[in-house]
Amino acid sequence: MDTVFRSYDSSSAQRSDRSAGDRLRHRQKVREAIRNNIADIIAEESIIGKDRNRIIKVPLRGIKEYRFVYGENTPGVGQGAGDDTQPGQTIAQGKQPAKGDQAGDQPGVDYYETDISLDELVELMFEDLELPHLERKQLREMEVEQQYRRKGYRKIGIRVRLDKKRTARSRVRRKKASQRSHGDGFSERRFPFHRDDLRYHHTVTEKRRQSNAVVFCIMDTSGSMDTMKKYLARSFFFLLYRFLCTRYQNVEIVFIAHHTEAREVTEEEFFHKGESGGTFISSGYAKALEIIHERYHPTLWNIYAFHCSDGDNFESDNAAALKAAAELARICNLFGYGEIKPLGSGYYSGSMIQYFNQIQEPNFQTVQIQRKEDIWPSFKTFLNKDRAREDAA
Amino acid sequence: MAESYSIADLQQWNERILELVQRFGLSIYPQEFEICDHEQMLSYMVYSGMPSHYPHWSYGKSYEKLKTFYEYGVSGLPYEMVINSNPAIAYLMRDNSLALQILTMAHVYGHNDFFRNNFTFRTIRAEFTIEKFKTHADRVRRYVEDPSIGLESVERILDAAHALSMQCQRNLSIRRQTVQEQQEQLLRESEPPSDPFRSIHRPKEYTPPDLEKVPLYPDENLLLFVRDHNPRFAEWEKDLLTIVHEQTQYFIPQIETKIMNEGWASFWHKRIMDNLDLPQGIRMEFMVRHNQVLAPSPGNINPYHIGMKVWENIEKRWDHPSADDEREFGRRKQTGLQKIFEVREVDRDVSFLRRFLTEDLIRELKLFEYQTRGNDKVVSRVADKENWQDIKETLLRNVGMGTVPVIKVEDADFNKSRTLLLKHYHDGRDLHLEYAEKTLQYLHQLWGREVALETIINERKSLLVYSDGKLTIRNIA
Repeated sequence: MDTVFRSYDSSSAQRSDRSAGDRLRHRQKVREAIRNNIADIIAEESIIGKDRNRIIKVPLRGIKEYRFVYGENTPGVGQGAGDDTQPGQTIAQGKQPAKGDQAGDQPGVDYYETDISLDELVELMFEDLELPHLERKQLREMEVEQQYRRKGYRKIGIRVRLDKKRTARSRVRRKKASQRSHGDGFSERRFPFHRDDLRYHHTVTEKRRQSNAVVFCIMDTSGSMDTMKKYLARSFFFLLYRFLCTRYQNVEIVFIAHHTEAREVTEEEFFHKGESGGTFISSGYAKALEIIHERYHPTLWNIYAFHCSDGDNFESDNAAALKAAAELARICNLFGYGEIKPLGSGYYSGSMIQYFNQIQEPNFQTVQIQRKEDIWPSFKTFLNKDRAREDAA
Repeated sequence: MAESYSIADLQQWNERILELVQRFGLSIYPQEFEICDHEQMLSYMVYSGMPSHYPHWSYGKSYEKLKTFYEYGVSGLPYEMVINSNPAIAYLMRDNSLALQILTMAHVYGHNDFFRNNFTFRTIRAEFTIEKFKTHADRVRRYVEDPSIGLESVERILDAAHALSMQCQRNLSIRRQTVQEQQEQLLRESEPPSDPFRSIHRPKEYTPPDLEKVPLYPDENLLLFVRDHNPRFAEWEKDLLTIVHEQTQYFIPQIETKIMNEGWASFWHKRIMDNLDLPQGIRMEFMVRHNQVLAPSPGNINPYHIGMKVWENIEKRWDHPSADDEREFGRRKQTGLQKIFEVREVDRDVSFLRRFLTEDLIRELKLFEYQTRGNDKVVSRVADKENWQDIKETLLRNVGMGTVPVIKVEDADFNKSRTLLLKHYHDGRDLHLEYAEKTLQYLHQLWGREVALETIINERKSLLVYSDGKLTIRNIA
């Protein structure tokens, strides 16, 4: 009996990535599982303000392979390393990965915590939103670049785009085919290139559109805004910014902090610097309007503004705030007011929501955030407003 | 790493190994070796060594897992992989050294012989293995591509089928009875035992057995049972269940003989290598590798090590029987080889260890029993005079299919409501409840109606009922 040896064939090895399809499908399932858990992930994981390349560990449910297996009260047998194994001794801490046995006899490590980069997570989050079609006015969009990109091959084309390698290859292919039909002795003959052998690169032109958006993050930094409130506000701004980054090529962000008067600040100051004093909400809006007039003309920029406050405002300012808010809403694509009232803190302080409800602009939205878990749903409500407007138009 | 050997070298060594294989009396299928790189090896591992296998995302998952483990050095790759087919196909890793390739080839012939001769593999038509997996793959792909079926639907069935696939017949040499035979047996059993004093005893009342019950006897082939008793399945759905069932059946003998098989191959590679007259360098490397493979892994069971120790021990005890053995069992000297060839044919892991894992061996192998407490493994028994038998029992329960709970279909019309009743044959080990719930969910999906599982949880007899998307647990008397 003969033993057959099949030697290593590197070209077949390169071609045969046979698990590619199953890996892809698995990857899809992972993403699906993440998407189903996004509300939890956002509530649990402090992803806010993290570096975009940071890897986040996401616990996954739903892609485990379940079978009937034994539970905890199952004794096992192991081999000792020395003579001194004693009853009561702890031999292994934590669960060991089950060896790649067919049976899959143990529930095994729940290694299905997958790693995902922040960018990917953000992308998934917004897929989950079923992507509202954000308004993009013609003027606010510019065609910036014209690029040529190779795309496929053609049998006709101009000389400079001739692909020599492919041409040679198709000649070889034709030669082999003719050899087969003509039999032996054929290889002696000359076998010139034929016009059918020629292959040319095909190129397409691509226009890239540039669109600009600016996000105004307006936050109440008065004394009543404590750390928890700021955290909630920050989460919301973060989502908004991330979301717009996926929609527009060029997103700028403006931070406005206000108490009784408003200032444009850096991100660092915005989130970390505590201030104190009373609150004039109108001051924040006025500042935003001022900056818009100076730098971001509404015909060129898609403007998004969001204001976070705990709803405490000096009575005397309410009318002014209302007026400024209405004006801002007219200019912006979307303008939102989020009132942050962690549970149990809202009894005695006032609320602006009832005032703001008087504003009739369709792209104005108020949301109330009480807990971390509210962030995602309120964010969705906020964006839906934009879509609603689109539909109405 | 550049290859330090050529195919011709391998062929030459192969000739010499084959000579020894024949001299030692191993009887093998024709062998084919294929040289592959580590990526291909990973793929073969994921698809159980088959050149062609149906697609499913779980294979993508295990590929990613293996690859991660491999790349971070958590686990290496096997030197070799053999599949039970005729001709037997083995994959050799390209980057391995010559010494390792020789060792691997010798090892492969051990497996080859085992596949061909052990009784558990008898039911598998080895000459059709490759083709079978290929046609399965083709069929599944066809269903995926069929626009009226599609990937999602195929996956739904496969997911459920995979969850239940291990719930099948364990000893394939036992022929399944037809329904008619079962009915006849039931009638025979229901007859009262013959009573020598029937003239003075009052005759017992005869209750005829229920011949309409489905199943007549508890059925352990869950997938086949569901396939045959759910009238709503389309042909392709039935076919998918059949495919998963058949593939599982192919692997059961390998699961059932893991320790024997690895031990046998290690035993023979050692013997072959010792007789090969190896050059010094190769000999040294072989010794190092051999000891790595055969090293006991503390806290776990190394099937290579335990298997080989037992085989050596059998050979020794039959070659040099004690005076007692000779007197009481009529054991003759120098019958070791004959004995091990007999054992490799008629045993599987459970019987093999039960018969040949002696008290001395248990002590020599330093076996102990552990319990899981929280996240820790804590030693509960060591191999002393009182406990070695308990350790052995625990081991026997954890080899082969012993790690899969025995669950059988008891009734397809439980409570006269077409509820599918399963029973877990409890042996002291409780089911993992979360897993049980999810698995029942899959079964519910296949069965299309309520499913129930009778089991014991914390020493209380319980009934897990899955219906309307949720699980309820009832205590039963």
